[in-house]
Amino acid sequence: MKRFEPYVFLKGLASRWDVLAFIVVIGLIAFLGETAHGLFDPLAKLEAVPLSLDPVHLPEYAARTTFRMLAALFFSLVFTLTYATWAAKSERAGRLLVPILDILQSVPILGFISITSVFFLSLAPGRVLGAEFVAIFAIFTSQAWNMAFSFYQSLRTVPVELMEAAESFRLSAWMRFWQLETPFALPALVWNMMLSMSGGWFFVVASESITVGHSSVALPGVGSYIALAIQEKNLRAIGWAILTMLIVILLYDQLLFRPLVAWVDRFRVEQEPGERVPDSWALTMMRRSRLITASTLAFHKAVFWTSRLVKRTDKPLVEEQDRPKRRSLDLLWVSLLVVAVAGGLWHILAVLVVNTPLAEALHVCGLACLTMARVFILIALASVVWVPIGVWVGMRPRAAQIVQPIAQFMAAFPANLLFPIAVYGIVVGKLNPDVFLSPLMILGTQWYILFNIIAGATTIPAEMRYAATNFGIKGWLWWRRVALPAVLPFYVTGAITASGGSWNAAQVSELVSWGHTQIRARGLGAYIADAAAMGNFHQIILGVGVMSLFVVVINRLFWRPLYYYAERKYRMT
Amino acid sequence: MINSPLLQCNQVRKAFPKPDGEELLVLDGMNLELREGQIMGLLGRSGSGKSTLLRLIAGLAEPSAGEVQYLGHPVVGPARGIAMVFQSFALFPWLTVFENVALGLEAQNLPRAEIRKRSLAAIDLIGLDGFESAYPRELSGGMRQRVGFARALVVHPNILLMDEPFSALDVLTAETLRTDFLDLWAEGRMPIKGVILVTHNIEEAVLMCDRILVFGSNPGRILSEIKVTLPQPRNRLDPSFRELVERIYVEMTARPKGAGPGGRQERFPGLGIGSVLPHVGSNILSGLMEAVAAAPFKGKADLPEIASDLQMEIDELFPVAETLQLLRFAELEGGDLKLTEDGLAFAHADIDERKRIFLRHLLAYVPLAAHIRRVLDERVSHSARKSRFIDELEDFMSEDDAEQTLRAVIRWARYAEAFAYDDENAMFSLENPT
Repeated sequence: MKRFEPYVFLKGLASRWDVLAFIVVIGLIAFLGETAHGLFDPLAKLEAVPLSLDPVHLPEYAARTTFRMLAALFFSLVFTLTYATWAAKSERAGRLLVPILDILQSVPILGFISITSVFFLSLAPGRVLGAEFVAIFAIFTSQAWNMAFSFYQSLRTVPVELMEAAESFRLSAWMRFWQLETPFALPALVWNMMLSMSGGWFFVVASESITVGHSSVALPGVGSYIALAIQEKNLRAIGWAILTMLIVILLYDQLLFRPLVAWVDRFRVEQEPGERVPDSWALTMMRRSRLITASTLAFHKAVFWTSRLVKRTDKPLVEEQDRPKRRSLDLLWVSLLVVAVAGGLWHILAVLVVNTPLAEALHVCGLACLTMARVFILIALASVVWVPIGVWVGMRPRAAQIVQPIAQFMAAFPANLLFPIAVYGIVVGKLNPDVFLSPLMILGTQWYILFNIIAGATTIPAEMRYAATNFGIKGWLWWRRVALPAVLPFYVTGAITASGGSWNAAQVSELVSWGHTQIRARGLGAYIADAAAMGNFHQIILGVGVMSLFVVVINRLFWRPLYYYAERKYRMT
Repeated sequence: MINSPLLQCNQVRKAFPKPDGEELLVLDGMNLELREGQIMGLLGRSGSGKSTLLRLIAGLAEPSAGEVQYLGHPVVGPARGIAMVFQSFALFPWLTVFENVALGLEAQNLPRAEIRKRSLAAIDLIGLDGFESAYPRELSGGMRQRVGFARALVVHPNILLMDEPFSALDVLTAETLRTDFLDLWAEGRMPIKGVILVTHNIEEAVLMCDRILVFGSNPGRILSEIKVTLPQPRNRLDPSFRELVERIYVEMTARPKGAGPGGRQERFPGLGIGSVLPHVGSNILSGLMEAVAAAPFKGKADLPEIASDLQMEIDELFPVAETLQLLRFAELEGGDLKLTEDGLAFAHADIDERKRIFLRHLLAYVPLAAHIRRVLDERVSHSARKSRFIDELEDFMSEDDAEQTLRAVIRWARYAEAFAYDDENAMFSLENPT
């Protein structure tokens, strides 16, 4: 017997997920159109319509800012898929590309903005588009490097058996890339995209107000809004901006990253049964909706057809035959390298060394030492606070479930939005900026320590905890022999991220202003910020160079050895 | 006071709160006594609460009611004279063998020289000489568990608790460790006075224990106590050894006596829609049916024999056998597994015929499968959401059990082609996937 269902014909027409999806898609299109139409306006129009602190405009500004973030994320993805693949596939190129990535990662982001802005503005002279390029590129530089790194590492660690399976089924390189390597790399890549995003939010504020020489451009966006609010000493407007940002990040999380994380879960190679599968209402919506299913089908078709077009080239098993050819290629490559290195050296000599008095160089190194001291002291302080708390929370699954998302959200929130409040306090309380500006550096990055420690503490096996209890291990002995060693690998990961983030944050936290009052802490960050504001190229390059040098050296001599030591000795298998 | 027990449990009960406010009873009315010089075995399947009981005795958890007494005093918190050996070894990977062993003594704030002396003695006793400075990851599983033993013995416990200490090891290594342990125990070279061994391996229990307590599940309780009087060292091939193993199998597969508790069938109470189904795949079901149908069993197999034949422990074998019984492909009685007519037919059929037989039995004897099929047949769209059935199941069982039960039905239904399930959309349907 069939049950009677009214309006059955409607059911075939559209599901309620289709309706939801329709609203979201149309909303997105409207939003893109809205934000894109200003791109080709002349720059002069920006000045004709000045920014307003009226919160009514905030949704529009937030949309513009979000659009920039999305565009930068897109370019970062393109960069990742090409650069990292090239580095992983070609041994020759990899030898150069990987170290370059490592250096790029340590270059302070403000340096990129000031050095490249002229070039990007000249791409679309006199138009808003050029300024948008500058902002997007600045955000790109805060996102792309670690994404590329993670992709590179994934490509290098595809399980041998999967590679052999692909090989034995005669997949072409193109097919292997889309069917095996990219899916395998996706979980790590998505995680790094999330990290990148929080870095991006941090600098979006700095990248929307561009100063080139004596002219400055303020693109409509949350960043410019805040800059204006600071200029006009408007605390209420800053409060509105913070609220807007909270909402935007929440939306981003719900609409972009949660679905991504839930979706990407299926690509994990070693799946522990029983582990909780991430869930996302937005992903459910996309899967249930025919509209969106149809559009993903198009992507699958594209992969399918291009796979047919790109023919497999059979690689001879023994590659020794082509020795002379290989050798001449090697020779060509080495000579190219020599030319590039020589050119770089000459430029450094001609631009930097000739124009920099020794005293200035020493002065900058001294400032870098000050900033370094600040970073290390703050990391130590944050560790003393967050390690015990993180362990405590991590040992209690209920607490961890509540605290972990909050810590991750705090890490994503651009802490520099809170700077004006702190600065206001320093100005009013007449506090010593050398000391009291310092905590701003770690305001946004300390959360990496917290959530890594929580993650570490949750992985301590129950039996190991029982063993400790059974043998009466308590108090300081317990911390020394059980808890601290167990979380050490996780702590180091968190501390590395926090340290890198703090160096970058130094550029915006050592020199801050409130209205016309400027307060500065002595340090390399303030030096770079000053140089960028005045458009002094030699100083910018000197400051950026010294900072990169410090970051690279600290990573090589301190963090990396510590990381490998912790991984080797303390990682639970 | 030679006769006073080392350890006593009086009416011990343990329940965990469930999210819905009710409680999950894992142990009830537990009474036992450990006397000096005894190795006592707790034998049962996972979920029978034997590991929970061990943790209560160790003072790692507190009973909801009743009392555990050690040397006449109630156990509150971890007791000094009770040490534990863990299934997963639970060594600290960042400490060397020596440091792992010494840790328990460090916690007692002993002088350095004594810690060193006693640790080296324990390492020596257990045969770890020369490995003092090795890290656990450098050791094989057997060597790791030796560290686990040394670590437990070094604190000179009166009672040694062992939670399936050999089940993570391969057969040969496990046997070596067992005999080494029994030798040390027989020679009185270990400082311990009594041992409690948790295991789900019947032969291991008969090989090592003086007394065996057989546990039943839902809630965990003692079904029977079996004394093992065979002289040590025991021989697995000895007829009286085999007889005892057989007896325990019968004990563990006994049918419920009337309505009273104590049987294996209660895992599927009432067999209504609300019964929890085990997570057993169709391949292992067919595999067991084929094995029982083939020579030398010819349709009726002695459980201990087929277990050793297939290298399966009771923990793995029982759920499969019970599922066969549930689907009426076999009968479990008196330690035997006997195929029904359809079970025999299934074993000899080809793939398509097998699917047909399986489908018939699935719809006839698994009410949940029949229910889902009926709903799908009745609807015009021939599809239904998973949440609809989950909601129904949760009236009878916990959230996790509902999920597991539905997964089990989906597995069987896919094999039988009774209906389809799309995991991405969480939808049941009658269609084949496109």
